[in-house]
Amino acid sequence: MTTSRTISLTINGEVLSGEAAPRMLLADFLRDVLGKTGTHVGCEHGVCGACTVIVDGQAARSCLMFAVQAEGADLKTVEGLANGEELHPLQKLFSEHRALQCGYCTPGMLMTAIDLVESNDSLSEEDIKVGMSAALCRCTGYEGIIKAVTAYAEQVHGKPVSREDNNG
Amino acid sequence: MKPPPLDILTPTTIAEALALLSAHGEAARPLAGGQSLVPLLNFRLSRPEVLIDLNRIAKLSFIEERPDHIAIGVMTRERAIEESELIASQAPLLQEATTQIAHLPIRSRGTIGGSLSNADPAAEYPAVALALEFELIAQSERGERRIKAADFFEDVLTTALKPDELLTKIIVPKSPGQSSSAFVEIARRHGDFALAGVAAQITFSAGKPTDVRLAVCGAGSTASRLSAAEEIVLRDGAGVEAIKGASAAAAAAVDPMADLHASADYRRRLVGVMTKRALQKVVQRAGVSA
Repeated sequence: MTTSRTISLTINGEVLSGEAAPRMLLADFLRDVLGKTGTHVGCEHGVCGACTVIVDGQAARSCLMFAVQAEGADLKTVEGLANGEELHPLQKLFSEHRALQCGYCTPGMLMTAIDLVESNDSLSEEDIKVGMSAALCRCTGYEGIIKAVTAYAEQVHGKPVSREDNNG
Repeated sequence: MKPPPLDILTPTTIAEALALLSAHGEAARPLAGGQSLVPLLNFRLSRPEVLIDLNRIAKLSFIEERPDHIAIGVMTRERAIEESELIASQAPLLQEATTQIAHLPIRSRGTIGGSLSNADPAAEYPAVALALEFELIAQSERGERRIKAADFFEDVLTTALKPDELLTKIIVPKSPGQSSSAFVEIARRHGDFALAGVAAQITFSAGKPTDVRLAVCGAGSTASRLSAAEEIVLRDGAGVEAIKGASAAAAAAVDPMADLHASADYRRRLVGVMTKRALQKVVQRAGVSA
């Protein structure tokens, strides 16, 4: 039996449902069934990070999950960041620090950075570099991205980010 | 770049999962975190008819302290292992290796049982399993058996598990109080498959090594113990010369494969360098003067 099933899940606080065959990836379900095209699809094997979304509080690759596995899950996608015309603080910092050029990787970059920063209150700049290597950008050379995420960590945790590697 | 047509079954108990595995045989594959299997499906390198999704079996996800070991459920996420204070204090090698697996969003989903069952030669966990001498509990409808890590990894992506068997629990012996450990690896970019990695744990008594564990990944068809190198450190201590000798023995012991990323010779050299760095780190952490 490979017939479609109805999947219900919460996306950015809104309960949505749609039909998906078992083999449908979560990334494709978001884009093609639910019309949430903010989540981008790059490599489709978990390497590039463009499709990263937050699933039950943790960043995950939506190209490495099946839609049926997200039944009942609580997702956050890039569409949930801005409040109307008011950008999310990290989006503002991406703009200020020129952390994007073509923008293709940006949705995954944002979701990766939000989980990285919000799950660790003692990140060093080195931790941020390592953490953001989870998402590939082929335009910016990462300088702007690291600056924006570092500024976001300082904003969220209210203290400076150490420039020394604190991994021991 | 999309998975082949397949069905996904979602058991909620171990018994149900075992019944499904037994019923579907080799047409089925258990789906753990999916961070290795789903790419293989997307590439159509794996074409099972049925996936048995283990993600809804709550009883497969736990980290529990026992008198002499830590029991870990196979569906425990790498991220939970990385964040576990129990593991950081009782099996620090496992904790350090976990932080080096791929990237945080991968570790959110990836599981210890999935990685061990996948038996990728470049993966971190098989090397840690050999170094710390994990025991792996496999269940099937025929019963339960306990497999030593040394008997578990048979070849590239091949383990001792039978098609109807499911890994359910990992037994991680507690590291001795007088031990120090280190996991080091090298990849061209952080998070890529390691070209070579070494897991090391040494137990010291009055500054002398009394138990030495060294295992390598990325340098052969499976992870392996580096026995000749272990013997040198056990015999000669962990001084500069002994570490040099152990590193040379490690490089000589492996039979690495060449691929797009590194030649066999380069990998062999890296095994020596990683062994040296791992041992140096262990000595530094132990605070022993060799």
